[in-house]
Amino acid sequence: MQNSLKKYFPIFALPTAAAFAIGFFVPFLMGIYLSFCKFTTVTDAKFVGIDNYIKIFSDKTFGHSLWYTAAFTIVTVILINVLAFTVAMLLTKGIKGTNIFRTVFFMPNLIGGIVLGYIWQLLLNGILANYQKTLTYNSAYGFWGLVILMCWQQIGYMMIIYISGIQNIPGELIEAAKIDGATPQQILRNVTIPMVMPSITICTFLTLTNSFKLFDQNLALTNGEPSNMSELLALNIYNSFYGRTGYEGVGQAKAVVFFILVALIAVIQTRLTRNREVQQ
Amino acid sequence: MGVRKARHGWIFTLIFGVLSLAWIFPIVLVVINSFKKKVYISRRPFELPLGKMFVELENYVRGTEKIQFFEAFKNSLFITVCSVAVIILCTSMCAWYISRVKSAFSTGFYYLCLFSMIVPFQMVMFTLSKLANILHLYSPIGIILVYLGFGAGLSVFMFCGFVRSIPLEIEEAAMIDGCTPLQTYFQVVFPILKPTCITVAILQAMWIWNDYLLPYLVLDIKRWKTIPIAIQYLKGGYGSVDMGAMMAMLVLAIIPIIIFYIACQKYIIEGVVAGAVKG
Repeated sequence: MQNSLKKYFPIFALPTAAAFAIGFFVPFLMGIYLSFCKFTTVTDAKFVGIDNYIKIFSDKTFGHSLWYTAAFTIVTVILINVLAFTVAMLLTKGIKGTNIFRTVFFMPNLIGGIVLGYIWQLLLNGILANYQKTLTYNSAYGFWGLVILMCWQQIGYMMIIYISGIQNIPGELIEAAKIDGATPQQILRNVTIPMVMPSITICTFLTLTNSFKLFDQNLALTNGEPSNMSELLALNIYNSFYGRTGYEGVGQAKAVVFFILVALIAVIQTRLTRNREVQQ
Repeated sequence: MGVRKARHGWIFTLIFGVLSLAWIFPIVLVVINSFKKKVYISRRPFELPLGKMFVELENYVRGTEKIQFFEAFKNSLFITVCSVAVIILCTSMCAWYISRVKSAFSTGFYYLCLFSMIVPFQMVMFTLSKLANILHLYSPIGIILVYLGFGAGLSVFMFCGFVRSIPLEIEEAAMIDGCTPLQTYFQVVFPILKPTCITVAILQAMWIWNDYLLPYLVLDIKRWKTIPIAIQYLKGGYGSVDMGAMMAMLVLAIIPIIIFYIACQKYIIEGVVAGAVKG
């Protein structure tokens, strides 16, 4: 079969491969090369070595947005996963109306980041107006605004994954623990959590990368105001490209650093939690 | 595990009921404000649009005119539906090919797809938008190719996972009976792939429909806007935002999503779970 199929390469594999080259592979390689160049459009690139990378360090906004993003990521990952897991635990106990609650909690996921940003801008600015402040009063307001928005959007999604994880635990396991006299806390710690470890791996992975790469919500909610202080990394990179002329090379170098950080986080996180999964 | 009735179940029902209401409150608030005269929206966001604050559908009329909402809706719908269809067709064929033909290309391409899933869009956004411009991919048709390329990683990966679980004998039997690879694929393999198709379609549709940055950079936005671009455009550079039009357009942007969600809820939730387990 292999040989007869092989001749069909142009029909089966070529369209995807060609699109992949245009949509990802070539831009990726060009991106790495351009991070070592000075340019304003792709055609006038001049090789400048590691100049762009050095300039990143003198750009104070990048350092600030790196810490801002790191703090934001840590807070949202913990909050979203703890809350989503708690809600999932409660919604698998056979409470009346579970299906409706699940539907409601999941809904914000389908709404795009830009729309979400403006919805929450209205609500949060409305509340802050009572104290004569707005979301862009200082970067802490933008920070917690984004945290609330992210929780609202993502808890439902993670909850769905946790629910399916919890429902896959064999009932005998919990029964056996109960017969052996385990308290609910012990069951949670020694049976439920180890058994849903695969879901925890996935959910922490998704929340980590979603928070770290967040762009649309940040753009719509505060747009980095006041003066770039509520700028997450993705927006900072965007502004280096399109907000400051002559900084395209630096923007690309930042993007490379950003990519390496995302890759590192993804690899380390998967290693860490995978090791804790029980073999089944 | 059978469904156990929780003791004090009604307390939880009550708590979750209140929580659910709180959960949809932001959306309700936007709906309320979309009927309010624009000067009152930032001043009195939490009041009902009664008396002189009520403006009927004025905000909707002004908003749809300002950003050509229905034009944007058509573009969004066209791009999402076509891209998802093309992605499903092309990547499932490609995944079958690279799973069945063992070659350096197959292995290499599979790992490249895996790799592409962790690369953030910012890494390629500048070069991708320039390349798309050079290749004249700035129309709603051209962008389909860009989506196929950028979305290929996840789809190929998911289809490969499923293709591997299909017993080879089924396909070999079809080939012995005289099917060409194309017939084998469309009459035997593709129908088996249907559950994965639904999962991939839902994940990609959620992404493409809501995507802002990629179409903003790739499309010629003077001629074609998608809904997220049109909404961001309302914000514009100059002066104060027309809050009335903004609220009305947010409502119009949410309505199709909610209709879609209610209609396909089961598939969406299953798709998300299946996607997460494989990803």
